[in-house]
Amino acid sequence: MTAIEASGLRKSYGDVHAVRGIDISIAAGETVALLGPNGAGKSTTIDMLLGLADPDSGEVSVFGGPPTAAVDAGFVGAMLQTGALIRDLSVRELVSMVASLYPSPLPVDEALELTGMSALADHRTQKLSGGETQRVRFAVAIVANPKLLVLDEPTVAMDVEGRRSFWATMRSLASEGRTILFATHYLEEADAYADRAILMAHGRIVADGPTNEIKAKVGTRTIRATLPDADLDALRLLPGVSSAERRGEAIALSCADSDAAIRALLAEHSQARDIEIVAAGLEQAFLELTGDGAHSEPSAVPPAEAVT
Amino acid sequence: MNSRYLRYELLRTVRNRRFFFLSLGFPLALYFLIAESAKSVHRLAGTGLSAPTYFMVGLISFGTMGAMLSCGVRIAAERAVGWNRQLRISPLTTRAYFRAKLITAYLMAILSIAALYAAGLSLGVSMPLHDWVQMTLLILVCLVPFAALGIVMGHMLMPESIGPAMGGSVALFAFLGGSWFPLSSHGVLNDVGQLLPSYWLVQSAHVSLGAHPMGTKGWIVIAVWTAVLVVLARSAYRRDTGRV
Ligand SMILES: Nc1ncnc2c1ncn2[C@@H]1O[C@H](COP(=O)(O)OP(=O)(O)O)[C@@H](O)[C@H]1O
Ligand SMILES: [Mg+2]
Repeated sequence: MTAIEASGLRKSYGDVHAVRGIDISIAAGETVALLGPNGAGKSTTIDMLLGLADPDSGEVSVFGGPPTAAVDAGFVGAMLQTGALIRDLSVRELVSMVASLYPSPLPVDEALELTGMSALADHRTQKLSGGETQRVRFAVAIVANPKLLVLDEPTVAMDVEGRRSFWATMRSLASEGRTILFATHYLEEADAYADRAILMAHGRIVADGPTNEIKAKVGTRTIRATLPDADLDALRLLPGVSSAERRGEAIALSCADSDAAIRALLAEHSQARDIEIVAAGLEQAFLELTGDGAHSEPSAVPPAEAVT
Repeated sequence: MNSRYLRYELLRTVRNRRFFFLSLGFPLALYFLIAESAKSVHRLAGTGLSAPTYFMVGLISFGTMGAMLSCGVRIAAERAVGWNRQLRISPLTTRAYFRAKLITAYLMAILSIAALYAAGLSLGVSMPLHDWVQMTLLILVCLVPFAALGIVMGHMLMPESIGPAMGGSVALFAFLGGSWFPLSSHGVLNDVGQLLPSYWLVQSAHVSLGAHPMGTKGWIVIAVWTAVLVVLARSAYRRDTGRV
């Protein structure tokens, strides 16, 4: 059974072409990452899948009907990218208010437990920290007891511990057969928690497949080191290295497998200094994939992807 | 009706103490300020009503218009944090959403009416019970267009702009409708006033003179304002699905 079926989706805001014709098919029970740099069109796609935005053209169906029908049936729980909580209610009251809207919600206490908010259940929503607010927004999404859970960059405001418990809960929700779609710009998150990743850049899908394949495509890392007398041709032959360049005394090795490459490099050239291993930012990886250098905009490399 | 959803809506309104007490207390304080000194005026020029009766209804119109429009303030605040979008991806129906907003607004209006009635009684306002009842019903009916206006404003404005917009609208409706001082029975101001729902809100006080304060014209004005604003409210709500 298909949870989400979308074809030919397009959406523009004025002359910004946010989504430029995409097809997505997600089977029930899959956990899929929608991966792409900022501005790729992930949130716009999610808005269309949830019926919050009408596509300019194309079709969407969720569990075989229009998104609004799936929403009205209570099949969908979602945590949108932007949003906070309404004030003047306790955490428990807010989650309970939302639970009352669904035909077969999770018990409120269970939703609070799963999101680690039990201890703060009696706190007023306006007093919570950013990370706690995200957890409550997660509780609001899962208390629906949804068949389809959609999360748009859910871990952004969370600390390390918050992320860990968030993903642990996600795993158990996925193992119950729910369909999960989450947007992220962290390759690591997609790799660790999704079976499949859909890569978006500039409003298009540039790759769609099992996460390990996607990772191989965009997961290139670069090793930089100071190594004055090295022979570039020999370096290119090292395991895991796909290309090598020299800039003065420094070398730069593009690697499909940086682990293998660094071992081999150090085994042969123990005098290598100032070693740095950097993951290519997704933006850069996407630009290579799409061959679309004209669009290169400065974009910060997400901290989780910089490995030194 | 989902009573749990409504109950939490009401709870939130009451818990917003500053809003709650200011919106009830402000018209009340103004009433004592204006009407206390005019307590002994039994026939206020141009109205035939005693000053305490006239100003009681004047301030009720002021307070209840504010109560109805403040429904928009709450909507704008919800939209600003994206809660409106969160509700749209839940099975909450549009009807139930607006019903909760309307009931909350009306409850605030009724509390405001009750407080001002009590204040009026303390300054010697008196009329037969059925007049009190009829007047109350007329006030509640005349408030319908303001509920719709609150919803329109709530879905079109952001929290920063809705405060002044709401204050300005209430002041204008109150001024032109005769909440602050009796409109002369002729002239442009009176002609304009009669086209506003606030005018008929204030006219409801004339029940105590044994008159039929609304008349056909009043019903038409209320019905037209309601119809137009309900259409606007629907389209404002429908269009308002984007990120703000
Ligand atoms: N309401 C809007 N008005 C104008 N442009 C928008 C709007 N929403 C999104 N965009 C633009 O559409 C593009 C895609 O945005 P978005 O879907 O939010 O991407 P992502 O979620 O992948 O970061 C961006 O260039 C963004 O600026
Ligand atoms: Mg986004």
